[in-house]
Amino acid sequence: MKSTESIKRSARVRRTWRIILALFICLLQLVPVYITFTVSVKPQTDMSSKWLIPAKPFWQNYMTALEAGNLLRAFLNTLIITVISTGLVVVLGAASAYPLARNPSRLNKGVKTFILSIMMVPALSLLVPLYVMLVHFHAISTYWGIIPVHVVFNLPLAIFMYANFIETIPQELDEAALIDGCSVYSIFGRIILPLMTPVTVSVMILTSVNAWNDYQYSLYFLQKPAMKVLTLSIASFFGQSGADPHVAAAAALLAILPIMIIYLCLQKYFVKGMVEGAIK
Amino acid sequence: MQTHSLYRKANILYIPALILFLIFVVYPFFSDIRIAFTNWNGFSKHFKYVGLLNFKRLFTDANIGIALVNTLFYGFGSTFFQQVLGLAFALLLNEPFPGRTAARTIIYLPVMISAVIMGYMWTYLVEFDGALNDIVALFGGKPVLWLSNATLAVVVLITINTLQFVGISMIIYLAGLQGIPNMYYEAASIEGAGRRQQFWKITVPLLYPSFVTSVTINLIGGLKLFDVIQALTAGGPGYTTHSLATLIHSTYFGSQNAGFAAAIGALLFVIILIFTILLELVFKGKEVQYT
Repeated sequence: MKSTESIKRSARVRRTWRIILALFICLLQLVPVYITFTVSVKPQTDMSSKWLIPAKPFWQNYMTALEAGNLLRAFLNTLIITVISTGLVVVLGAASAYPLARNPSRLNKGVKTFILSIMMVPALSLLVPLYVMLVHFHAISTYWGIIPVHVVFNLPLAIFMYANFIETIPQELDEAALIDGCSVYSIFGRIILPLMTPVTVSVMILTSVNAWNDYQYSLYFLQKPAMKVLTLSIASFFGQSGADPHVAAAAALLAILPIMIIYLCLQKYFVKGMVEGAIK
Repeated sequence: MQTHSLYRKANILYIPALILFLIFVVYPFFSDIRIAFTNWNGFSKHFKYVGLLNFKRLFTDANIGIALVNTLFYGFGSTFFQQVLGLAFALLLNEPFPGRTAARTIIYLPVMISAVIMGYMWTYLVEFDGALNDIVALFGGKPVLWLSNATLAVVVLITINTLQFVGISMIIYLAGLQGIPNMYYEAASIEGAGRRQQFWKITVPLLYPSFVTSVTINLIGGLKLFDVIQALTAGGPGYTTHSLATLIHSTYFGSQNAGFAAAIGALLFVIILIFTILLELVFKGKEVQYT
C-alpha cells in the first residue's frame, strides 16, 4: 500500500510535468508569430538569425507598412464587409429559422433539407460561375458583390443554429402573446429574438471571423487596389518580388492585431461559439 | 390550433434567404456544369460547346491526378494529425493546473489568424535562411530546401495546416471530456480498474461523438485546402503541390481555361459529396450509451 505522502508526491510530479508540457506546446504555437515579430523589428541590412530580437528594435518598418500598403484603407474595407455581412446573416438567419422551427409542415421540412444540403456545396467549386455572374452584373470589386457571397455561405449554419435553439423555447410563450393580441411578427421580434441572444453572439463570432479572414472569395471578387481587404494587402506585400520582407512582416502583424485583441478579450465567447457551430 | 395558420403566415420570413440561395448557389451550380461543356477562356464573347471533352480530360490530365492525390493527402494527413494532437492536448488540459486557461487560449489562438497570413508568416521559417534551418544548423545539419521537394513540401503544408487548426479539435475533445460524468471513473476505480483501463474502456468510447464531429470538420476542411498552399507554393514546384482547389484557381486565371476549371470545380464537388456521404455511413449509429 502506498503512503498518502508518496501519492501526494506523485500527483505533484504529474502536475509539474503537465505544466512543462503545456508551456512547451504554447511556445510552439507562438513560434510563427514570434519569428514574424523578430523579422518585423529589424532593418533590411540585419542578417542575424530570425530567432534573435535586435538590441535596438527598428520600428520604422511598421510606419512603412502602413503607408506603402494602404493598410488603413484595407482595414476599413474589411471592417465594412465583415460588419454588414454579419448583420445580414444574423437578421436573415434568425428570421428564416423561426417559421422553419415552429411550423414543421411538409413544405418547410423540404426547405430545411434544401438549406442543409447547401452546407455541403463547397463554395470553391462554384467560384468560376460566381465570378462570371458577378462580372455580368458589374459587381466585381464592389461591396455589394462580395457581401452576398459571404452571407450565402455563412447563412445555412446560422439558420440551423437558430432553428435548434427556437425548438427549445416553449411554444406556450408564442400562444400567450397571441392571446394578448400580438402579430406573428411582433412575437418573433419582441419575444423570440431577445431570447436568442446567446446564439446570436455565437453566429456573429463565427460569421465575422470567417469574413474577416477570408482570402479565397476576396481574391476573386475584389480586384481593384482601392477595394483590397487585409488578406489581399498582405498577400501583395509578400507576392511582390524585391519587396522588403521586414516591412511585409510588420504588415502581417498589423493585419492580425485587431482580431487577436478581440479574441483575447472575448475568448470565452469565441470558444463557446466555435463549439456550438461545430456540434450544430 | 390557431397558432398553426399564424405560423404559416410566418413562412414569408425565409423567402429572402431562399432567393439568395437560388441566385448564389443553385443558379451558379447549374451554370458551372454548362461552362464545363464549353471551351470558354473566361473573358471572350466567343466560345464553343465541346461536349464531354473537359470531363474526359479530368481522367487523362496528369496534373489532375497529382492534385487529386495531394487533396487526399491534405485531407487525411491533416485529419489524422489533428485527431492525435487534438486529443493529446485535450487530455493534457482536462485536469486542473495553474495556467490551464491561458494554455487553452494560446493553443486556440492560431485558429483566429487568417490561413493565408499564417502561410506567409511561415515563409520566415521555411525559407533557405529561415528559422527552421537555423535549428538544423544548430544540430550540424545542412540547410534544407523545405518547399523545393514535392513530397517534403506537401508534408510541410500539412504540418502548418495541422498546427494552425489543432485548437478546433482540442476544443471539441475538451467539451467531450467534460461531458463524461465523473461517477463512471469513480465506479471503475472501486471495481479496481487502472488509469489505462479507464482510458480505453470509458474515455475512448464516450468520446466517440466528439471524434465524429472533429473528423468531419477536419476532413472536409482539409479537402478544400487552398489558402496556405497559395501562400507558400502556389502549387509549385511545377504542379506538384496543387490541391484541386488551387488547381481551379490556376486553370481559370493562369491558363485561362474557364471550361476546364469549371469541370475541376464539379470534380471537387463530387469528391466532397462522396466523403460527406461516406462519413455519414461509417459513423452512423455507432454511438455507445452507458446508462
